[in-house]
Amino acid sequence: MSSLRYLPLLVLLSLATISGCTDRSAVTANTLQRAIPTDPETLDQHKARTTQAADILRDVSEGLVSYSPDGELVPAATTSWDLADDGLTYTFHLREDAKWSNGDPVIAEHFVAGVERLIDPETAAFYAEFLSDVSNIEAADDLTLVLTLRRPTPYLLSLLTHPATFPIHTPSLAEHGDGFARPGKFVSNGAYVLDAWVPGSVVSLRRNEHYWNNAATSIDKVNYHILVQDSSELNRYRTGELQITSTVPPDNFAQVQAELADELHVSTYLGVYYYGFNLSRPPFKDNPELRQALSMAIDREQLTTKVTGRGEAPAYSWVPPGANNYEPPALSYSGMTQAERNRVARNLYKAAGYGEDNPLQIELRYNTSDTQRRVAVAIQSMWKETLGVETTLVNEEFQVLLANIRQGDITQVFRSSWIGDYDDAHAFLKILESDNPANSPGYESEEFDSLMQRAAIQTDLDSRRLYLEEAERVMLADHPAIPIYFYVSKHLVSPEIEGWGDNVLDYHYSQHLSFKAAQ
Amino acid sequence: MLRYTLLRIVGAIPTLLLVIVLAFLMVHAAPGGPFDDERALPPEIEANIAAAYHLDEPLPKQLLRYMGGLLQGDLGPSYRYRDYSVNELIGVGFPYSLRIGASAMALALLVGVGAGTIAALRQGTLLDRVVMGFSMIGISIPVLVVAPVLVLLLAVKLHWLPAGWSETGGLRHYLLPVITLALPQIAYIARLTRASMIDVLSRDFIRTAYAQGLGTATVVRVHALKPAMLPVLSYMGPAIAAILTGSVVVEEIFGIPGLGQFFIGGALNRDYTLVLGIVVFYATLIIALNLLVDILYGVIDPRVRYR
Amino acid sequence: MSGNRTIKVTGTLLLLITVMALVGPWINPNDYMTMDLDRILRSPSAAGMHWFGTDGLGRDLFVRTMHGIRVTMLVAIVASLVSLVIGVAYGAIAGFVGGRVDAVMMRLVDTLYALPFIFFVILLMVAFERNFLLIFVAIGAINWLDMARIVRGQTLSLREREFVEAARLTGVSAARIIFRHIAPNLMGIVIVYVTLTIPQAILVESFLSFLGLGVQEPQTSLGALVDAGVNQMERAAFTLLIPATLLAAILMCFNFLGDGLRDYFDARHSQ
Repeated sequence: MSSLRYLPLLVLLSLATISGCTDRSAVTANTLQRAIPTDPETLDQHKARTTQAADILRDVSEGLVSYSPDGELVPAATTSWDLADDGLTYTFHLREDAKWSNGDPVIAEHFVAGVERLIDPETAAFYAEFLSDVSNIEAADDLTLVLTLRRPTPYLLSLLTHPATFPIHTPSLAEHGDGFARPGKFVSNGAYVLDAWVPGSVVSLRRNEHYWNNAATSIDKVNYHILVQDSSELNRYRTGELQITSTVPPDNFAQVQAELADELHVSTYLGVYYYGFNLSRPPFKDNPELRQALSMAIDREQLTTKVTGRGEAPAYSWVPPGANNYEPPALSYSGMTQAERNRVARNLYKAAGYGEDNPLQIELRYNTSDTQRRVAVAIQSMWKETLGVETTLVNEEFQVLLANIRQGDITQVFRSSWIGDYDDAHAFLKILESDNPANSPGYESEEFDSLMQRAAIQTDLDSRRLYLEEAERVMLADHPAIPIYFYVSKHLVSPEIEGWGDNVLDYHYSQHLSFKAAQ
Repeated sequence: MLRYTLLRIVGAIPTLLLVIVLAFLMVHAAPGGPFDDERALPPEIEANIAAAYHLDEPLPKQLLRYMGGLLQGDLGPSYRYRDYSVNELIGVGFPYSLRIGASAMALALLVGVGAGTIAALRQGTLLDRVVMGFSMIGISIPVLVVAPVLVLLLAVKLHWLPAGWSETGGLRHYLLPVITLALPQIAYIARLTRASMIDVLSRDFIRTAYAQGLGTATVVRVHALKPAMLPVLSYMGPAIAAILTGSVVVEEIFGIPGLGQFFIGGALNRDYTLVLGIVVFYATLIIALNLLVDILYGVIDPRVRYR
Repeated sequence: MSGNRTIKVTGTLLLLITVMALVGPWINPNDYMTMDLDRILRSPSAAGMHWFGTDGLGRDLFVRTMHGIRVTMLVAIVASLVSLVIGVAYGAIAGFVGGRVDAVMMRLVDTLYALPFIFFVILLMVAFERNFLLIFVAIGAINWLDMARIVRGQTLSLREREFVEAARLTGVSAARIIFRHIAPNLMGIVIVYVTLTIPQAILVESFLSFLGLGVQEPQTSLGALVDAGVNQMERAAFTLLIPATLLAAILMCFNFLGDGLRDYFDARHSQ
């Protein structure tokens, strides 16, 4: 027996490691458990780029304005603001009682420092150009912030709800440098403070005792669980380990709809799912008829009801419905039945020189994911059936697809999407301006560009809107891309939770939520 | 033996170098950079980011820079987790992977050796067939089927166990991942043990022991178990590799923040340094473990001589 | 089961599955890529000849499953052959040449054992565009080490046998000796290990499918079907049960077959 000590040793060793993790069941009743699909890459508001980081930052930090649960703009770190008659100068009156999580007062200078760091090329912020409409920002005094615009920017307040525009605690930045947003160091001014972050697992927040509206915060702790697999979210929701999910897996949607209808929240969302054409290469270069044929042959109703099936809206425009003060024009054929569209599509396809003996052969690139795969397979089949197009599906890593789209050397048709950073049609239309780095198809239209420029200088909201709508109409007629559907946000929200509101930006501040009083 | 150990350690260095260079080249050969996004960046900002991470330097220079860092034990900054260094991330992830990996291995050894021994002692009986039948099933059903099915049954439907891992949860949260990971290994080890135990039990010295009037339990424990363990011990190398592979699936399904999950996330997001760091870390670890197994082998079987 | 019976039973089963996979698509009118959005996730039935039901896009699962078996078997067998070719050549050379060369070559194998291969496979799949060839090579590259070790051991002992000695004395070239005299005598052990490598390759393929790194749509494999089935198991259990059962059956058959073949060759060897 004695010489066999080694095997039990191994066993003991591992038992020791397992028992090292004691049951820290500190889950108090007042802890909110919600999910995000990936880690935030950082909680430094200027280096962050994902919606996950922004979601958490909206809980721990606060800007000048914010959204109510229903998506209405409300004052946050301000009590009020004035807009000068020229439409170019905003004056914000900050709250006297606004405090950082270490008790320091929040002053106008912190907002100025934040914006300066945002636009400093050294920072290399992802949203560096986010405030390019702002020509100057200055602190008139500790509680007065003056913001001057280059041109009328009706969506400015919407921009100011984005964490990239939030104030920065300058003493921490001076002390810690770029690592200032790590747990234990991060001084923030929102309803919550960062408590802990275990990469790959959980970001934990706790109540900020110094927050000016702390009395209105109901939930003491918030855990954002990082769950890569959407099926894990659903499983954990059903076992009660989560109270709010970030999505619902496509394969389980019908079941969830049937069994958990009262807890399911589906809401339109400012995001468009599209297939882009590479306009710099054949066969799509200078070939709008062919592009239109492919666009028309996609049966969006079937696609959204049968293939994606989570309440997505079929897209016949570029800007999603619901954008502030905007009525998107529709693609010319949106009024036809699918049978009529197919007939026109076949004629256009033939006119472009293709047919049964000479089918179009293209590659469709999409990134690895269940939804992308299903949509691509369905569209491949629709193109095949209606037009006889021979499509080869190429499934790539997201980063590979992005690199290929940008280089534009091998792509033909590719899957992409755009999520609005602020509630305005401009957030969607600007990316198709010929010099925009996010212009994935490489769309270049003088007419479109000049309409966009004219829209930009309008002070009157209605004439601005007309220019934007005209620009979209021009763009849609050129078919640089196929809008396929508009995203919806999908969450399961436990019946214990109160204060949840559906909104187009899909912002759900934890400070607005509470647990129903225990009966 | 000290000399042998030292020689083996020196011999491992070229392997590690090979691993680093291969992994480095493969990661950099992949199209797409760590900072690509649908929200394309202005060129000036992009250049600044690339410069901050030395991505603008020629590849050989980047490799040298990386090696230089390695010599000081520095695996570099993560690109995806911009506030963390790779050392920190491995420090976070490895304890989780180790815990579930080592526990699964321990469970596999306990149950596998136990079941294999019992099957060998009852060779040809119904019990033997049941054990071997189950072990064949264990080998033949992939983890990626077992894990979700167990979650659905035991967690979602029966509410016996939690569906996923949790930072604040206790031992209960480890049960499903560890069992899932151990199942195929239990099966392999049971089969190995059974075969080698049958072989050992037929040897003369065992008959002698029985003839001395010793009970079955004593014979097995004192005389048979040790020689019968040798094939199981040589299987430890492949077993560690299998557990590593399995842990990627298990971590992904149960949401455990281990190295497997970091690796997949890192590879998909082009987090060059994180991916490289994990490969280097695991290669070092496996080399060390293999060395340990070789030495253990010698301790258990004195016939093995160190060259 | 005695060794011989195991070989017969599992061999027959594998043959049946293979024949079914090859002939199945011919006797069913559906094809593997036509979708029908009005028949999504239909249970198996004779209606529409959907014997295994339909998938999430209304494609026929019988034909897709047969297609998946073909792809899985192809991947597994070719990958195993890749490992076979590398492993046998490497092992035979090391064992036959012997001495210092052997020591160096085997040390290399020992060190390669230390590589976390699965991580390299993932890197390989991520770094390059996915295609069959890459999957073969990636999986084959994992498995050749065992083969090299075993073949080298056998070659070492064969080298000392009289007929090799005789050939060498009569001036036959080394290459000729390896191919004419040594290789044929390695057949038994090689067949056994190829049989046992195939299930490993199948598992790796299903692992890659789980990560979304497997074959391109509309192609499919048993691994990809199982992965899809896992997601749909509550809504349509058959989408998991059918491919998972087939996958398990194939793995089990190969494992049993390998064991049986080993017993068979061992028995012949000791006679």
